[in-house]
Amino acid sequence: MTSEAISLNPPRSETIRAMNKSGVRVALADIIESFSKWRVAFIFGWQDIAQRYRRSRLGAFWLTLSMLVFIGAIGSVFGALFRASMAEFLPYLCASIITWNFLSTTLNEGCNTFVGSQGIILQVRMPLFMHVIRMMWRNMIILAHNIIIFPLVVLVVGGSIEWTAILAVPGLVLLCLNLSWMSLGFALICTRFRDMTQVVANLLQVMFYFTPVMWMTKTLPDHVSSLMYQLNPLYHLIQLIRAPLLGQNPDALSWIVALGTAVAGWAWALVFFGKYRWRVAYWI
Amino acid sequence: MTFIQLQNVSVEFPVFNPPSRSLKNRVLSIATGGKIERKSDRLVIVSSLDDVSLTLREGDRVGLVGHNGSGKTTLLQVLSGIYSPTRGEAIINGTCTSLINISLGIDPDVTGYENIRLRAAMMGMSPREISAKLEEIAEFTGLGDFLDMPFRIYSSGMQLRLAFATSTAVRPEILIMDEWLSTGDEDFRERANQRMTELVDSTKILVLASYERNLLTNNCNRVIWLDHGKVRMDSSPEEVLPAYFGSA
Repeated sequence: MTSEAISLNPPRSETIRAMNKSGVRVALADIIESFSKWRVAFIFGWQDIAQRYRRSRLGAFWLTLSMLVFIGAIGSVFGALFRASMAEFLPYLCASIITWNFLSTTLNEGCNTFVGSQGIILQVRMPLFMHVIRMMWRNMIILAHNIIIFPLVVLVVGGSIEWTAILAVPGLVLLCLNLSWMSLGFALICTRFRDMTQVVANLLQVMFYFTPVMWMTKTLPDHVSSLMYQLNPLYHLIQLIRAPLLGQNPDALSWIVALGTAVAGWAWALVFFGKYRWRVAYWI
Repeated sequence: MTFIQLQNVSVEFPVFNPPSRSLKNRVLSIATGGKIERKSDRLVIVSSLDDVSLTLREGDRVGLVGHNGSGKTTLLQVLSGIYSPTRGEAIINGTCTSLINISLGIDPDVTGYENIRLRAAMMGMSPREISAKLEEIAEFTGLGDFLDMPFRIYSSGMQLRLAFATSTAVRPEILIMDEWLSTGDEDFRERANQRMTELVDSTKILVLASYERNLLTNNCNRVIWLDHGKVRMDSSPEEVLPAYFGSA
């Protein structure tokens, strides 16, 4: 190695000051540093997916195929049960399940983000939020593989995709903003209280049935109030992606709820993360 | 200015699944390990470092000695910025690399070249840095065409070569090591030692935990002896090493 190699290492200032080991500023600093190291998060997030499907011919498109099989099976059973028209029900179910799958997998994996990265956390000093970015990136790659099914399904049932589908993009951004604070919070809580991982998994399971994912809001009997889903923030989050894909404009309420939970959630997460960030290495 | 300053640093681990109840309301001081203290019925606290104050300046080549469980690894982790002290204050000013697990980040299923990139990314190198050093690292491994093969088919010696070559390509200001890295066959070991010496010489502060007296004599100008999480001696190798290892 020569002096040339030395100059290639730009002086990185990684000064750690314990005097402010907790506080909102610590949380912000961690998150900003995480984004400056997005490459590491992206490389290893991609690696997570690549690892699962290595030496398989279809590779990550197994994700797509399994999802297609699942939607086909569920679609034919429930379509018949609900006596829905396939042209309407199949695209609805497809957009629903894909969005829900993204949401629930992200939150479930969110619980294990720090516990699962303990090898890294205990050996290299890295910003902790980076592990959340890695996990979210991994799930976004899966989402990208799954979403291919949607135009296929629409084509098969003879429908068309409207311009409103563009609105799914800001919807996805809002959804990710919400999922990231939830994942960060769950990651912290589940590192300290390992039982919470199971609690979250069960809660999500229950929410899957309570949220209009498999069933449509219009199939609710008259005596059930629409509050049943209007009060459910997950419904609004799903709507932001599902409605545009199906050629509808999401209700203003959905945008407001998603924006509100994102702002309030992040405010809470910053305080919470700031307070307990330094404890994570101890809890692992 | 590179420096490390620890002031009254204590590190205490909570153990959430406490062992037998016989420990109840007792404070134990045992031959190995830190102090185990039972705070309440449910919470056990293991004290790993106890009121440690140190200042490391540029040019310090610090050897760390102590029995198993004396807190050496914890101290290394505090110095790397992994643990924030439960009490006291740690200021680490400078880029810091710890060579504790040199295989972290490696994926056995991808090629050697890919693994150099993965490992380097895990060590915090930017893509530009990685590209600039890739050839040099590849050459140093001496693995030739094997670098295009999956890592898992390598012999364990070859795997270590790759991890070693990549891990030692960084040039941090502070270098933290748990034992000297030495690896491979006769020929490689010699080159590896030379490379390690180059790396160590280029850093401003070295902290090396080791049980090998010769290593400490050759590389360190200061030795810290940890005992039950406290600094028992902190002085020149000539003074501390005979006291710790015996004067033989």
